[in-house]
Amino acid sequence: MSEKMDSGKLMTMKEAVSKYFSDGDTIYLAGFTHMIPFAAGHEIIRQKKRGLTLCRATPDIIYDQMIAAGSCKKVVFSYAGNPGVGSLRCFRRALEKGQPNKIEIDEYSHFGLCGRLFAGATNMPFLPMRTNTGSDLPPQNKNMKTVKDPYTGDEISVVPPLKPDVAVVHVQRCDMNGNSHIWGIIGEQKDAAFASKKVIISAEEIVGEDLIRSDPNRTLIPDFVVHAVVHEPWACHPSYVQGYYDRDNEFYMQWDEITKEHDSTVKWMDEWVMGVENRQQYMKKLASEKILKLLPKPVYSAPVNYGSV
Amino acid sequence: MAEYTPSELMVAVAARELRDHETVLVGVGIPNLAANLARKLQAPNLNMVYESGAVGSNPTRMPLSIGDPCLVTGAKSICSMYEQFAYYLQGGKIDVGFLGGAQIDKYGNINSTVIGSYQAPKVRLPGSGGACDIASNVKKIIVITPHEKRRFVEKVDFLTSPGFVGGKQNWKQLKLQGGGPYAVITNLCTMKFDELTGEMTVVSLHPGVTIEKVWENTPWKVKVADKLGTTPEPTEKEISTLRALDPQRMYLG
Repeated sequence: MSEKMDSGKLMTMKEAVSKYFSDGDTIYLAGFTHMIPFAAGHEIIRQKKRGLTLCRATPDIIYDQMIAAGSCKKVVFSYAGNPGVGSLRCFRRALEKGQPNKIEIDEYSHFGLCGRLFAGATNMPFLPMRTNTGSDLPPQNKNMKTVKDPYTGDEISVVPPLKPDVAVVHVQRCDMNGNSHIWGIIGEQKDAAFASKKVIISAEEIVGEDLIRSDPNRTLIPDFVVHAVVHEPWACHPSYVQGYYDRDNEFYMQWDEITKEHDSTVKWMDEWVMGVENRQQYMKKLASEKILKLLPKPVYSAPVNYGSV
Repeated sequence: MAEYTPSELMVAVAARELRDHETVLVGVGIPNLAANLARKLQAPNLNMVYESGAVGSNPTRMPLSIGDPCLVTGAKSICSMYEQFAYYLQGGKIDVGFLGGAQIDKYGNINSTVIGSYQAPKVRLPGSGGACDIASNVKKIIVITPHEKRRFVEKVDFLTSPGFVGGKQNWKQLKLQGGGPYAVITNLCTMKFDELTGEMTVVSLHPGVTIEKVWENTPWKVKVADKLGTTPEPTEKEISTLRALDPQRMYLG
């Protein structure tokens, strides 16, 4: 195997967050229900980053935790619910009662939000889309405008590009330079990586460049858009990684109970986020029966032939 | 005659609206059950698409969220979120979309954003997600909802996803490319929408339900079709197939 020289990108999550995140940044922790980078979110909380603009189509539990921790100034989103369960209570408490601090919101539909990332990634001034017309959302959000289609003369809804300061994308496997294989629900991972100024990849496995090059169609993110690489197995629990571990649905339901009050939320965070040093310690705290229950039955794809003359 | 619960009736009636070879954008829970039931009965080639980018899913267990890994295993295709909305929805490839929400009004407009005002919410709901995009682009929108006064309102507090907006004429001027709302299926009746005005209209009463009961549970005097039908009872086959799909009754209750 032809291992290249260490590019200096490989580091711990603690180092990556400390090096690439600043107070006041606009950030995107990617993953549409799949491969949500909880390990990065928890490290951001531990390092007490403040005034962040948190962007995600679905804020999910990860942003609920960061809001409860006081990391957040503003949320850019399209669906603020606990998927399959109900409300995101910390998001609602911050919005409705200003606890622990008031937050601003910048709200879109899913197409609007992922269209913003696409426009950011492709460096477009704006993106037209067939949605939003007739909805009450555009009058509430000054970022949603209409333009006259120069060909038909019809008004069409447009959204501005989103270009976060930092994105974190979790992947199944990458090499030490960040060439990343992703499969399963690929959400907005690629769009987030290309739209953002700095990109941190966390991975279940660090593999050789040869393995990545054996299946280039699976490489959604190439090394030259990546700034840091973190080897972080189980980074996404209680979310999931296709082929590695399943979603911990029980925890998604428990989160609804844990977050009934701000105090009970803080108590949980003190134990599971502030009370651990890193992801390994978090995983050691999880009961092993629980972990075993999340391991999937393997289903492999057929190999493909990439040969040429 | 089969014994059935109100939620089993709603799912069975909704499943009948799906045709073989249609492509349907499914959510979790009740709509997922309706789509799977149709696939086991009259629509074996129904294409189930999820907004998470799973296309032609073939789940072997009940998916717990739209991003459940079981929707990926054995699917026809997986695409990115942007591709799902741009290629499939905006590209006009989706026939039917299931939507739900906290409120629905007489033109089929849906609110899943806020009760009260946007700036000072009484209850903040999750927001559009893909709902506004789905409502704007699919050929038929189907809503399955319990028939309750708090859900049916003459005008939604916040219009998240367009039905016929301010009526059919108003909707035509907006030039949305979708076909608008098609059916609302409740535990009491099936409602469709007036060709001319776009107003919600009762077309079929479920077994044992009177129009007075529908009116009692709707805050405005909902229109009634000239030919008001009675919904055929769910068959033994519909009910037994449905129960096998949700053996733990996670969604059937």
